[in-house]
Amino acid sequence: MTVKSNHVTIKGIKDGLVFLFDDTCEFGALLDELRYKLEHSHQNILTGPIIHVDVKFGMRIVSDEEKEALLDILRQKGNLLIRSVDTPGMITEEDTAKIATMCGMVRSGQVLHHEGNLLFLGDVNPGGTVTCTGDILIMGALRGMAHAGIAGNEEAVIAASYLAPTQLRIAEIISRPPDEWENRETSMEFAFLRDGQMQIDKITNLLRVRPDLNVFKGV
Amino acid sequence: MGEAIVVTSGKGGVGKTTTSANIGTALALLGKKVCLVDTDIGLRNLDVVMGLENRIIYDLIDVAEGRCRLNQALVKDKRFDELYMLPAAQTKDKNAVTPEQVKDIVLELKKEYEYIIIDCPAGIEQGFRNAIAGADQAIVVTTPENAAVRDADRIIGLLENSQISSPKLVVNRIRTNMVKTGDMLDIDDVLQVLNIDLLGIVPDDELVIKAANTGEPTVMNPESMAAIAYRNIARRILGDTVPLMLLEQKQGRFKRFKKFFGMG
Repeated sequence: MTVKSNHVTIKGIKDGLVFLFDDTCEFGALLDELRYKLEHSHQNILTGPIIHVDVKFGMRIVSDEEKEALLDILRQKGNLLIRSVDTPGMITEEDTAKIATMCGMVRSGQVLHHEGNLLFLGDVNPGGTVTCTGDILIMGALRGMAHAGIAGNEEAVIAASYLAPTQLRIAEIISRPPDEWENRETSMEFAFLRDGQMQIDKITNLLRVRPDLNVFKGV
Repeated sequence: MGEAIVVTSGKGGVGKTTTSANIGTALALLGKKVCLVDTDIGLRNLDVVMGLENRIIYDLIDVAEGRCRLNQALVKDKRFDELYMLPAAQTKDKNAVTPEQVKDIVLELKKEYEYIIIDCPAGIEQGFRNAIAGADQAIVVTTPENAAVRDADRIIGLLENSQISSPKLVVNRIRTNMVKTGDMLDIDDVLQVLNIDLLGIVPDDELVIKAANTGEPTVMNPESMAAIAYRNIARRILGDTVPLMLLEQKQGRFKRFKKFFGMG
């Protein structure tokens, strides 16, 4: 069997090896290629003294069975000692379901960073910064800077009871009021990206942008 | 044991020294034993505002480095027997003392005095850390300008991370007519952002400048609106409930007076 595509990248680092698994291909292809590389193409490199191995799945969401199947192949090589398994995809999956609640006040010069989604109860003052890999929902006034989807998630939104920020950022897009935004009403609002442009809308329209969020339907 | 209160603001020129001098004097007026401490080393002003510049012999650095006893460095006020001042050095800079040294001095003063008012330098560096080191409470001074409010907010954040629990706010230099026309932030705007307890508001008053130049704290002159405001603040520090000064009404009365003569 010959494998032409390269879904499995083996990198040498100072104190071991990193196995990078492509996160766009089928999982089966990963197993085949890994097996092939370990038993054929890279056989001579991978035999010998004990080597520490870091496994990285990229953004792929892997189930426990899939993970075990893959790690079993690695374990068959006695000299490969699995040191860490990095599955950010799994963490994101857990985090999107959850929302962390924080309370207090972000004052000028203070930075609040959170991995995942954040519900912040309190004000963010001018000069203060809130950054988040997911959504930022603020029960209070947003007068400072908020950066949602800081790791590149363009689906992230920023909502605030009183949205009067010095600057808003979602993923790579930076926007500042008022020249880039249209006239708004004074109800709770949220900011989102549409075609790479920052948009502001009433909170009740959040569903149109993010249909994946839990929807409550009254009886 | 006395109480040490630091007067701070972050931004310069909002009236920390004036506030320190006037609150200190007002507390002395109310019969308290007060010591003012100037921690603005290298740029001392408190002695000038108090009119005590020519009486300084030793300063805070001399005490910290053991060249004199604390009592030798204290300057007695010319108006009150129970009001003293510990001047800062004019020759060195903020790094000449450590927060621990200031803390020791303040602790020593707390045994002797009921209130120790610490005048903090502008900024958030060493000078600020020195000033807040020994303080139990803090008064944050701001003016109704965005820049001053921004800096006050930063300072409140830093204070909340220190041993000082809940700082109090003094809004200085309010111009009623400008607030009315919407050209100046009003008290509610400031409070909405800073979200701390309001200790007092002080109207902009030309008599304050005159008083500072003559070395006589404004609070001594009951004609001045600012003097009344500072006396109210001092009473609130002592725990009295004093309603906020109604700046509007004062002007209203004056207008009514003008109207009476057919001028308004």
